[in-house]
Amino acid sequence: MSTATTEHHDHHDDHGPAYGWKRWLFTTNHKDIGTLYLLFSLVMFFIGGGMALIIRAELWQPGLQIVDPLFFNSMTTMHALVMIFGVVMPAFVGLANWMIPMMIGGPDMALPRLNNWSFWIMPFAFLLLLSTLFMEGGGPAGGWTLYAPLSLQGGDSFAFVIFSIHFMGISSVMGSINIVATIFNMRAPGMTLMKMPLFVWTWLITAYLLIAVIPVLAGAVTMLLTDRYFGTSFFSAAGGGDPVMYQHIFWFFGHPEVYILILPAFGIMSSIIPTFARKPLFGYASMVYATASIAFLSFIVWAHHMFTVGMPLAGEMFFMFATMMISVPTGVKVFNWMATMWRGSMTFETPMLFAIGFLVMFTIGGLSGLMLAITPADIQYHDTYFVVAHFHYVLVPGAIYSIMAATYYWIPKWTGNMYDEKLGKIHFWISTIFLNVLFFPMHFVGLAGMPRRIPDYSLQFADWNMVASIGAFGFGFSQLIFAYVVIKCMKGGEKATDEVWEGADGLEWTVASPAPYHTFETPPTIK
Amino acid sequence: MKTMSQHIVIAGKLSVLVVAMFGFGYLMVPIYNVLCDITGLNGKTSSVAAVAPQTSGEKSERRVIVEFVAVVNSSAAWTFEPVQRSMEVEPGKTYNASYNVKNLSSQPAVGQAVPSVAPSAAAKYFNKIECFCFTRQEFEANGSKEMPLVFFIEEDLPRSIDRVTLSYTYFDTGEKPVPASDS
Repeated sequence: MSTATTEHHDHHDDHGPAYGWKRWLFTTNHKDIGTLYLLFSLVMFFIGGGMALIIRAELWQPGLQIVDPLFFNSMTTMHALVMIFGVVMPAFVGLANWMIPMMIGGPDMALPRLNNWSFWIMPFAFLLLLSTLFMEGGGPAGGWTLYAPLSLQGGDSFAFVIFSIHFMGISSVMGSINIVATIFNMRAPGMTLMKMPLFVWTWLITAYLLIAVIPVLAGAVTMLLTDRYFGTSFFSAAGGGDPVMYQHIFWFFGHPEVYILILPAFGIMSSIIPTFARKPLFGYASMVYATASIAFLSFIVWAHHMFTVGMPLAGEMFFMFATMMISVPTGVKVFNWMATMWRGSMTFETPMLFAIGFLVMFTIGGLSGLMLAITPADIQYHDTYFVVAHFHYVLVPGAIYSIMAATYYWIPKWTGNMYDEKLGKIHFWISTIFLNVLFFPMHFVGLAGMPRRIPDYSLQFADWNMVASIGAFGFGFSQLIFAYVVIKCMKGGEKATDEVWEGADGLEWTVASPAPYHTFETPPTIK
Repeated sequence: MKTMSQHIVIAGKLSVLVVAMFGFGYLMVPIYNVLCDITGLNGKTSSVAAVAPQTSGEKSERRVIVEFVAVVNSSAAWTFEPVQRSMEVEPGKTYNASYNVKNLSSQPAVGQAVPSVAPSAAAKYFNKIECFCFTRQEFEANGSKEMPLVFFIEEDLPRSIDRVTLSYTYFDTGEKPVPASDS
């Protein structure tokens, strides 16, 4: 462990933030950068959500009404890219920036300048990505997975898409390196690894996952780029390549990626549930080991995304059982959260509502995932709306709810003001009702065989699609309540106490609300 | 609290990991090809001529249907079809088949056929003694050819397989024919 010294370094000045836009452009403060990430993510959430509403508007009725099919396809592609790389990942990185230094008793991130770069790459990457929609030939329309050879057959905006993915990748990798360095080097004396809050643990593991797989994605998209423009044939059968190989490389990245999108959420749940159950987290060590096992298993299950490409039976069996094995550590986690709540004196403030919503609905998504893991069944479910229902159940009431729960939970610490509890609860209930109206019918149309990524559908799917579209508009517009609550809380409101929540435990609650610009310049003592 | 140089050490180590994983992405290409060669995973058959089989002399009742499929890559102007749709073959015996190709464009062109066998488990038992897919074919403007194929299926083809589909996809390589080629 490091020892506390009185030695001061160059960036230790006693000034507060600078004024004006320069504060945000040049900031190296972890709280400022966290705020930037979170606001960026909120803006992208509405952009990606708008795309989803275009999709649902087109699917309101069978037939082609609103948009032309190519644009529809680029909407499904962009919606995914924006939501994954522009909303969920930056939001988690923003939360990591805000909370990790405070949770481990460090003064800032280990590499503050790098931190500034990692954020400011993002707006440019997304400007580049979104600008492809206005280019000749339209944006990428071959699905976010960019499967070759389909993805290679679009317009020349393809090169911009690849570059923006490279930028996002560089940003995530730099952010992850920073987080690992922070967790290893910036902990207060006495903050041993097994005393770290689970949010820090899950982010440590997520950061390693990111460092391991984002470069693989970079490699895969670089191969696409050279196949398209420089005459290589990694994925072209004419030149001796193999299109299926793209899917292997992509999903070698892609499956760990889905855990990147959910592990920090597990950490958030493990912070919120004990607070409102007023009991310490049940099974802390098992939570850490479960997270590590999920991360390990995520590397050996990728081919369950491609059961229909014609793998040998032994391969399908292996990937089926490996996938099912993931439900064991995940089950440990769900069990631990329930055991934490068991006989706790629970109260149901907004963060807890979102946490319980997460627990119930994420598990629904997990269960449909287990169904999809069954190879013979998957051959029927593959590329239907059942898959869409599955991953939206794990991502929306999973990842997104965890981010909202985290926002409600920590925003009093960030702003010093309590959010509007009544509006928060209204937001939760309206969202939850519409969310299920939106995604649950997708199970039915999926099982009945409605294919995903198609702007038109057969008549028998009409009713449930209309229901889903009603849910989509309800869910989409109810997020304006969230934006309103956040902005209102940033502007003012009832002052929050330092501890904020009665049952809260952790170093972040020992500092003033709002958290001062610099915290823990002298390390706290850890009990 | 640790010093900046200690942060740099960690960042440096992780950067090495980043570069290594980028390389690993590319390494997956040869790994995949080797795995496919061994297992026939992607239905690719050997592109090397096989030697005619030694017949065991035993009379076998087993028959396997071989179906012939021809696909032209969408970007190429060819007609390409098998002379025979299917054949009933006895594993271990050598058979002849052929495909017709016609260049529809008014330019000379070079084509290449890429074979694939389904189910993929049959790929490594499917051997070609002679195949037009071993080389590229040159065509004059509107030229056509009948292209031969000599193949046999090994006797140890798994019992569960009674139907093998051989599919060729024909690609325009984009090259111009060389006038004095030695083929």
